Amino acid sequence: MPMLHPTSPRHNHPLAQPPVVRADGLRCPLGVAAVDGVLRGGIARARIHEIYAANPDDASGAAGFAALLATRMVGKEEGRGKPLIWLRERRKLHSHGIIQAKGLAELCGAMPHDCLFVLADDTKALLRAGLDALRCDGFGAVVIEAEGRVTELDLTTSRRFALAAEQSGVTLLLLRIGTEPGPSAAETRWAAASAPSRAWPANAPGAATFDLTLLRQRSGPSGMSWRLEWDRDRGIFHEAALSGAVVSLSGDGSAADYHGAETEPITRQAA
Amino acid sequence: MLYAKSGNALRLTSGDAQAVRAGLCAGMSLADARARFPHLIAVEQDSAADSGWLARLGQDCLGYTPQVTLLPPDAIGMDITGSAHLFGGELAMVDMVLDRFNDMGMTTRAACGITPEAAAALARYADWPMGDEAAAIRGLPLDALGLDDAARRGLQRAGLTSVGAVASRPMAAIAARFGMAAVDAIERLTGLERAPMTAIKPPAPLHFTRRFAEPVTHQSAIARSLLALLQDAACVLEKRGQGGRRFRLTLLRSDGARHRLDIATSAPTRDPALVLRLFDERIATLADPLDPGFGYDQMQLAIGAVEGLVSVQATFVGEEGAQDGGEQAIAELIDRLSTRLGPDCIQRLAPQDSHIPEQAQLALPASTNPAPLRWPAPPIGEPPLRPLFLFDPPQRIEVIAEVPDGPPHRFRWRRGLHEVRLYEGPERIAGEWWRRRGGEQAAKAGLTRDYYRIEDMRGRRFWLFRHGLYAEKPDPRWYLHGLFA
Repeated sequence: MPMLHPTSPRHNHPLAQPPVVRADGLRCPLGVAAVDGVLRGGIARARIHEIYAANPDDASGAAGFAALLATRMVGKEEGRGKPLIWLRERRKLHSHGIIQAKGLAELCGAMPHDCLFVLADDTKALLRAGLDALRCDGFGAVVIEAEGRVTELDLTTSRRFALAAEQSGVTLLLLRIGTEPGPSAAETRWAAASAPSRAWPANAPGAATFDLTLLRQRSGPSGMSWRLEWDRDRGIFHEAALSGAVVSLSGDGSAADYHGAETEPITRQAA
Repeated sequence: MLYAKSGNALRLTSGDAQAVRAGLCAGMSLADARARFPHLIAVEQDSAADSGWLARLGQDCLGYTPQVTLLPPDAIGMDITGSAHLFGGELAMVDMVLDRFNDMGMTTRAACGITPEAAAALARYADWPMGDEAAAIRGLPLDALGLDDAARRGLQRAGLTSVGAVASRPMAAIAARFGMAAVDAIERLTGLERAPMTAIKPPAPLHFTRRFAEPVTHQSAIARSLLALLQDAACVLEKRGQGGRRFRLTLLRSDGARHRLDIATSAPTRDPALVLRLFDERIATLADPLDPGFGYDQMQLAIGAVEGLVSVQATFVGEEGAQDGGEQAIAELIDRLSTRLGPDCIQRLAPQDSHIPEQAQLALPASTNPAPLRWPAPPIGEPPLRPLFLFDPPQRIEVIAEVPDGPPHRFRWRRGLHEVRLYEGPERIAGEWWRRRGGEQAAKAGLTRDYYRIEDMRGRRFWLFRHGLYAEKPDPRWYLHGLFA
């Protein structure tokens, strides 16, 4: 099995390939042509997508991006959206905060109204409950929030998740905080962080904006960075106006020197 | 009007208020009534339906007291000794029961009495509420005694027109002339004698037991027996058109120890495989696993709560029923996770009517709250005003503000320094003074919070507040309350 590591040889320059933007049932476009082109149409359904917090204190940004991807996944276009299930560890509530339904609705806009939130006592129970949820085809998306180095979440577990996701057709968004990427069966791997937003009138913080790096994509180009702004009212992403359409040079670019907690945020803009 | 066959004639048995006003009464023959009112609507009395309805009402009354007696054809007795205070006393309870029955569209009379017979007689012949119960009983007409025609006529002929008049005579003379039945009736009305009551039984939970000739120790044998028990239960439940919500398995060990396992489901079910899987989950969560020791010699399965469950035809995959299949899969997952992790660990979030951010939502167990709860749609064109994550309790931070009452300029949280780039605020949220003792006085009303939405230089968005205005507190503290995406 080809295992892409951040330091593994890269593909050709991403822009060398013609972007194909096509929204079929299997892929869920983000709304930005450049990103969807690299992703060959969008985020694949029924797969694992790992979202790493670029820094440990970017947990809320990464969680927000995961929530938005989940919103795109569960969708409201097909009438009533399928519910979302979000699994967390109970002992992380104190350090990470409690999910606010109102905040979630204000961030995502169209949220399936019957979200389920699971609080597991330990990592093992969390992963087991996550696997059970993933095998249940009633959900639109499953979000598992795992913090720190989780030894139980090895390649075997990851493969098991991938098989379950393929069988049930449910997408797993695996939110990883404060850890380095390891081998996994994920389709894509992202580093996400909050980014400065376009100021609202009177210097107020504006719409949610993210710095994203595609760390890895199974059989596809990776290493690109974007700054995306979420347009809640239309339910899609835009490229953030401040930064312009910036695609970082991958080569030895930002994704390669990802060392986790201590380094600078990996989603630097290419000059 | 209702009529029934009595002797060889069809006679009226009861009628509505309009019929009574028109002069029709029970006992009149149907032919006479038809002659007077050709348009009379008469229906044959269905005694079986009446008694069935009375039994259902009796079951309904079990909510008020466990001692409910049916007094056919048209009365229900409730022994409210010791339960009246739960409903605010006798008067309030009678009103409550009357309201309930009136809501069902029934004409009801009620009264409280010292014995069931006294209560029944007062309900039929006296006006509720009566001030003095003993006086009201003495004033009841002779009909209240419920004697046969000969005895009633005999008492009337003797010049006795009320219960009180009869009761004041020597009982020996009454017994000699009108029989012991009359004496018993008097004594039951006045509380000198109590007749036993036959209380109706609350619907019994279902019990299934399996005894073993030899104690069983092997896991697979236990699992097989449990499956057999569940299949028995499923047969009975299917016949009744019901499904169980709570199941309890008791394993009796040969040395006298007993192990209890309880599971609950969010929707009624009678699927043996599903319940067996939940029991497996339950066993897996036990801190010390089941120790069969020298073996179990008996297994009992009790189904504590049952609800109606209609049989449904299984649909083909891919039809419209597929969506329901997803919902059912979710319900099963909720049951499984509730059994494994505990019902509080799988939650839905419900809005609460409070301005205080940490009290604005309530996490409810999903297993008992299946209905989706609506959150208001966010206003168009506004950035998020409430954070995605909320800290409870809020986290203390050090803030430098340019002016004391102004927005923060930079702050320190978790040993990191954050420079404020953009801010919005304050959003002022006053304390809930109406919930505090003495809250109407300014000093005790609780501190006001000034909330700011903050974005720092790196783009992270925070929700901070200053706890207290400078007018309320000399040196108000700052807290970080939430994180935006």
